[in-house]
Amino acid sequence: MTAAASPLVEPGVVERVLAHALRHGGDFAEVFVEDKRSTAISLDDRRVEELSSGHDKGAGIRVVSGETTGFAHTADLSERGLLAAAETAAAVARSSAPGARQVELGDRRLVDGTRAEILPEGIGKAAKVDLLRRADDAARSTQQAIVQVSAGYGDSRRRILVASSEGLLASDDQVRTRFSVVCVASGDSGMQTGYESRAHTVGFELFDRFSVEDAARTAAGRAVAKLSARPAPSGVVPVVIKSGTGGILFHEACGHGLEADHVVKDASAYRGKLGELVASPLVTLVDDGTPVDQWGTAVIDDEGHPAQRNILIENGVLTDYMWDYLRGRRSGRASSGNGRRQSYQHLPMVRMTNTYLLAGTDDPDEIVAQTPYGVYVAKLGGGQVNTATGDFVFGMTEAFLIEDGRITEPLRDANLIGNGPDVLRKIDAVGNDFDMSPGTCGKDGQSVPVGCGQATLRITGVTVGGTAGA
Amino acid sequence: MPELLDMAQRIAAAARPGEQVEAYVSWHRETDIRAFDGDVESLSSAESAGVGVRVVAGGRQGFAYVGNLDAHLAREALEGARDNASFATPDEHVGLASPDGAPVAPLELWDDRLGAFPVDAKVALALELERRVRAGDARIRQVVSSDYGDSLSESAIATSTGIAATSRRTTCYLAADAVAGERDETQTGDGYTVGRGESDLDLAAAAHDVVERATRLLGARKPPSARLDVVLDRRVTATLLAILAGTLSGEEAAKGRSLFAGRLGEEVGVASLTLVDDPTHDAAFGAAVYDSEGLACRRNLLVDRGRLAGFLYDTYSARLAGTTSTASAVRGGFKSTPGVGARALSLLPGTLDQQGIVSLVGDGLLVQGISGVHSGVNPVSGDFSVGAEGLMIRGGELAEPVREITIASTVQRMLQHVLAVGTDVQWLPSVAAGVSLAIGDVAMSGA
Repeated sequence: MTAAASPLVEPGVVERVLAHALRHGGDFAEVFVEDKRSTAISLDDRRVEELSSGHDKGAGIRVVSGETTGFAHTADLSERGLLAAAETAAAVARSSAPGARQVELGDRRLVDGTRAEILPEGIGKAAKVDLLRRADDAARSTQQAIVQVSAGYGDSRRRILVASSEGLLASDDQVRTRFSVVCVASGDSGMQTGYESRAHTVGFELFDRFSVEDAARTAAGRAVAKLSARPAPSGVVPVVIKSGTGGILFHEACGHGLEADHVVKDASAYRGKLGELVASPLVTLVDDGTPVDQWGTAVIDDEGHPAQRNILIENGVLTDYMWDYLRGRRSGRASSGNGRRQSYQHLPMVRMTNTYLLAGTDDPDEIVAQTPYGVYVAKLGGGQVNTATGDFVFGMTEAFLIEDGRITEPLRDANLIGNGPDVLRKIDAVGNDFDMSPGTCGKDGQSVPVGCGQATLRITGVTVGGTAGA
Repeated sequence: MPELLDMAQRIAAAARPGEQVEAYVSWHRETDIRAFDGDVESLSSAESAGVGVRVVAGGRQGFAYVGNLDAHLAREALEGARDNASFATPDEHVGLASPDGAPVAPLELWDDRLGAFPVDAKVALALELERRVRAGDARIRQVVSSDYGDSLSESAIATSTGIAATSRRTTCYLAADAVAGERDETQTGDGYTVGRGESDLDLAAAAHDVVERATRLLGARKPPSARLDVVLDRRVTATLLAILAGTLSGEEAAKGRSLFAGRLGEEVGVASLTLVDDPTHDAAFGAAVYDSEGLACRRNLLVDRGRLAGFLYDTYSARLAGTTSTASAVRGGFKSTPGVGARALSLLPGTLDQQGIVSLVGDGLLVQGISGVHSGVNPVSGDFSVGAEGLMIRGGELAEPVREITIASTVQRMLQHVLAVGTDVQWLPSVAAGVSLAIGDVAMSGA
């Protein structure tokens, strides 16, 4: 733990701002203060193209009055600036009966310092730049066919403070570090790309855990392998997904549908299904903000609620949805620690943290060996879901054909398409391995870091959107 | 607005000998209202502003931003950018734009009335859209969201190389998202209307769109896999053109990362294909007077009757490629440096409307929506595979709805198999205009 910096805003000021926000009435007021510094470095075409650094500081204030939320934000953290934002946010409560309101911040959950061991500001820019050069060299030296490499480094330190009219005062100091590399390989068949990334809620110690050279070689290998790839099959086939990179399947296929805002608005395929068997009994799905260093981890969510481990589906049975403060309150229950927002300029909403499928008992090699024909997905790209219907797509960025229980030829990129509830029932093997990977989740215009994880698993049939055999 | 330019010029004037400095200063005020179940669910209103500073010295570029217009913090950003530049790899092509004398298009992108449009009236619009959607069809089960949003934005760019440009624009929109149901089945649909001022909004059309999109796919099935011709609906074409824009970036081409790299002057598509990026087109949603480096926007011909006629360049990529900027610098705001991008792509219209194209195709698939485009279109290899839904075409008529399918091909192949471009060009809130487009010989994966 490193020493905490001074509070972003003095508690006394926050109390007065909250009282002001409820001056015209209203049921709930909240102040969210954020101070975020970030660094991004990009290497492209053999050169360190750019270093960029940013500083965002401000506060978002919301006032809830009945069914209505008023929101305003300001970059002016002086008491005057905060009071003005409170006034704007409170406009929604105009019709309520005005009355003096006292707010006392009693329930304090202040985090003293950050969990990061090596703060980003403690490392010189030259050392950060060096990582990218090393990745570039490694990718180019191992594979002749690599014609282009780009690599990126990013770090951020985000200090937040949340206070509400219910007396809550909470803070956190979040440090995140990421690294990614993209290689382009060229051959007779055209060009192909390979990608690899690492991202954790840690400081610069991230680079003690893996070698950037290895990551670069992995990305290069992926690009080169695809040069000889043939078109993916077209139609419904069994699919085996390697551990770690397929967590996005659950994020898209059911995670979003388990967010309470979608559920209460009747925009989820999982509405009204609590206690029902919604997946194969092999499926136990968890959303968990507590792992020490995963990409979607935080000590508190962006409403000041402590991160939690929530079981969503247990042995195939739907046990709970994910909740933020407001959705929880309206349904007479507590938040599940899933209230998140991109920045102080955004309203919080129900979001996933780290979503993963618990490991099973099957030997991953055996799962492949017992698949006569199918597709082996070694890396999934991004995806998208329609929560109301459950229909989802996601891209395969590294995939192979399975023939006679063996992984054979590489396949060109293609999308998989399926229906979440349907695919969950078709999981017939879950491996005893497990891994996670980082991602960025977009919802309603807001992006937040999330983690996804799963063991090697098999889906008995999903539509592969290739061009072969159609 | 003069204050923004003054501030940008003061920062740019701090350039030291041998150094170039660019300051991008922007200010933004927005209101967002969401209606749900006959009530206001949320009402946000806020101003934000910030400064992004680029410093180029000795062929090295550095950048820093601050989300504030405080002069002291802006100076910190300048110092940060200066320090960042010292760690970059020198590159003779790096540098800021200089005035190039191109004519400035007389566009008016600002509707003065929007700033005075009362909040109560905005709320009423969002509520009315929700009501109309709900009343539009008995099968509409829920209006998940009905939103009104508007923004007033102003920005200024000044450089020590003589650039001084200011821009301002207003936008407003109404959008809704609904769930339709029949027995056990659920489908969703969305619709919107966008304009520079409230008077541009067509609430009835947006409501109609939501209802039609949510209900028309009810009863959809997953069809067997097949190879067939497809007709892309306008919105789908706009989405594809926006993705295609990435492959027409001069920077990606110069770096060998586009499927069009090294193919200038070659036939890349059928002769009926002409693609233009023209931000000076008044009706384009992405219309702009200046690009994000402060050069006057201009019309750029990219594909001329099937022949690759040009790429889009900002200042850096132009120097890299040995040419001049096409004023195609775009940026996400003060927090990022400019990059190459399109603003107002459109295909030259053909001779048939959508009905005519459907008749021409005879048997195939009308694609009304696609998903997974970011994971499904590889701009380097051209591999193309996206989720789709729509209506089958049989005997030149629209037939049964289908869903949970993918359509796949390669971008290269699709351009060579364009069967027809529609007449129904429509500017959408995108960097591209929509138009019906028929493409032959696509793999549809289904059951």
